[in-house]
Amino acid sequence: MMMSAAKPVQNTKPLTAPAINGNGKNGVPVAIAVENIVKRYGDFEAVKGVSFQVAEGEIFGLLGPNGAGKSTLIRMMTTLIPVTSGKAIVGGHDVSKDSDDVRRMIGVIPQALTSDPDLTVEENLSIYAKLYSVPRAQRAKNITEVLEAVDLIKWRDAQTKTLSGGMRRRLEIARGLVHDPRIFFLDEPTTGLDPVSRIAVWEMLNNLKKTRHLTMLLTTHYMEEADRLCDRIAIVDHGNLVALGTPVELKQSVPGSNVVEVQFNREDPEWQSRLQALPNVTEVQSQSAGVYRVLTSNGSQTTTQLVEMAASLGEQLTSLSVQNTSLDDVFVHYTGRQLRDEQVKSVFMMPPRPGAQP
Amino acid sequence: MNRMFAIIEREMRKFFRSPVLMIMSMMLPLVQLIILGNAFGGKIRNARVAVVDYDHGPQAVKVQEAFDAVAANIATFKTVSYDDETTAREDVRTGKVDAAVIIPAQYSRRVYAQDAPSIGFVVDNSDQFMSSSLEGEMQSLVDALNQPVIQTRVVKNIALETVELYPYIEYMQFLLSGSIALAMYISVMIGGGMLYIDDKARGVHEGYLVTPISKLELVMGLNVAGAIKAVLAGISLTVIGSLMAGLGTIFNPVADLQLLLLVLGTSIAFNGMMFLMMVRVDDPLVPRAMFGVLNTLLFFPSGAIYPISAFPPWLRAIAIVDPFTYAIHGFQAVLLKDGGFTAIRYDLLFLFTFGIGTLLIATPLFKRTL
Repeated sequence: MMMSAAKPVQNTKPLTAPAINGNGKNGVPVAIAVENIVKRYGDFEAVKGVSFQVAEGEIFGLLGPNGAGKSTLIRMMTTLIPVTSGKAIVGGHDVSKDSDDVRRMIGVIPQALTSDPDLTVEENLSIYAKLYSVPRAQRAKNITEVLEAVDLIKWRDAQTKTLSGGMRRRLEIARGLVHDPRIFFLDEPTTGLDPVSRIAVWEMLNNLKKTRHLTMLLTTHYMEEADRLCDRIAIVDHGNLVALGTPVELKQSVPGSNVVEVQFNREDPEWQSRLQALPNVTEVQSQSAGVYRVLTSNGSQTTTQLVEMAASLGEQLTSLSVQNTSLDDVFVHYTGRQLRDEQVKSVFMMPPRPGAQP
Repeated sequence: MNRMFAIIEREMRKFFRSPVLMIMSMMLPLVQLIILGNAFGGKIRNARVAVVDYDHGPQAVKVQEAFDAVAANIATFKTVSYDDETTAREDVRTGKVDAAVIIPAQYSRRVYAQDAPSIGFVVDNSDQFMSSSLEGEMQSLVDALNQPVIQTRVVKNIALETVELYPYIEYMQFLLSGSIALAMYISVMIGGGMLYIDDKARGVHEGYLVTPISKLELVMGLNVAGAIKAVLAGISLTVIGSLMAGLGTIFNPVADLQLLLLVLGTSIAFNGMMFLMMVRVDDPLVPRAMFGVLNTLLFFPSGAIYPISAFPPWLRAIAIVDPFTYAIHGFQAVLLKDGGFTAIRYDLLFLFTFGIGTLLIATPLFKRTL
């Protein structure tokens, strides 16, 4: 079986049995261990032998373009779809053999908002507490605690359909926590939220990690989200794990530690090659409106050389900025710039109810 | 078991919070009961019959007097005088009149001479109900005219003495059983089939599947909730429909118990059937597309509208496996005939066996994963 070739860093080696059930590096217990996991639909391989470990108390991000296999991975780990081959151990239990034990330990926030719009906030939580067999005496206490944690306590009797999108997402988070899980899976938890609601969810997840000592695995499209929330990030593409490390490690793994964004007052096809010829420059990306992104290992020196080059040619700069390498650069570096056309199962999807909040 | 009750609780909270399902499942059967019950239950009144009299003799006058008696009393038809047969025929064809009676020349003479007298009757047989009603009325008139003025000492005609076991049953009362079954079918179709697939498409089931609920608990929870909704629809329509149709059976506690058993059996049978059909469906358009087809395929061959014995063999074969047939037979046996438990035991046996059987087949087909 092929191991996916993750370029940087740690925990991408095949897992041994003790690591799966016991402690990982530095003696930190392993909450999630995935070893050579494969998901095949007929001839199509959606996940191709991915391996990684998530330490207890860690926030682990799965990053990747559309159709990369992130949701398939998370669905295998949460027992929603069977594993074709390989092994996934969640909280010390094999997802294929001890599915119910895994389900008792995890909380799952799906991509869609699935709380019942006709029920109140408290009823939604109560139904799920019952589905997890939370004892009656504990149920009310848990519901109050999670509602306080997601700041929805004053909305407990409100019908879910009257909540805004951000509030509904917080309700989903509360629902996933109502049985006090150890491990939390979040599939694109902030997709569709406005920036303010998104930041509120990030803060909430950070607080939950601290107060409840949760291990979290989340998938996201947002680089900023991964950068701010995740202790470690795995980049998945075409069903393979292509990179794994902390955000800092991943940024360092990209050639060029700075990005210089420059725009000239006159378009010229020669700019690309001229910029590429400058010392320390590792990559030049041409963007729209004559803007070039220059990846360099020495931002200040490249900036000076670039200004001198423009002056010697009698050209003027319209704009110039220097930044550190971002996760966007990491993402593009590992997954390329080609658009991905995701093939989805062609079923009719229910539109949201008329009048329901987005 | 607690997890199963959580599913039932969720479904019932939704059901009572949104009365749309209850209203929708009652609306069509009630409208059908009122409209069809009144439209099909009546007799022909005030049809227009053209009379062309070429005879003008005393026997022709006797025929006209008989027609006038019908118009003044039972009012099945009233007559319109025509001068010629051709115009009368044309007016029957164009629908200006519903039938035409032709009294030929020499009719009175032939009656007195006992020379095979006859009266012509032109009908529009494209409307079978109208033509057969008028034919029946005309035949009665002719039979009356054929009676001798002075009866023979020994009457040789054989009379058929009909004994009606039950009081006169109006068509609306006959239709009520079908309406009850239809309300339960709609409740199961919308409250079970459509909502189940809609929940799947919205990702609600994904939420269930990540909890430790077992396959059996989930299947039972969904089906028990569906059955409760159908039972509520069945009971409501039995009470409302009986009051509308003027049936007092619901005031008999023993009959109520039998009706409750039938409602329960029917809801289990319909739920099992629906769950078996929907267990692997993901597309919300499928139950909507199936709704009308299943309605026609199951309701009409069941004897709800027309007797099964009049069906061709292939349609009778559908009726044999159709749970509607047994539900409607059972409801009719209790509501119209007070037949007791003996009359409905085989219906109950079929309904419960069918429901449990389909659920047993559907449960292994239900996928615990996406």
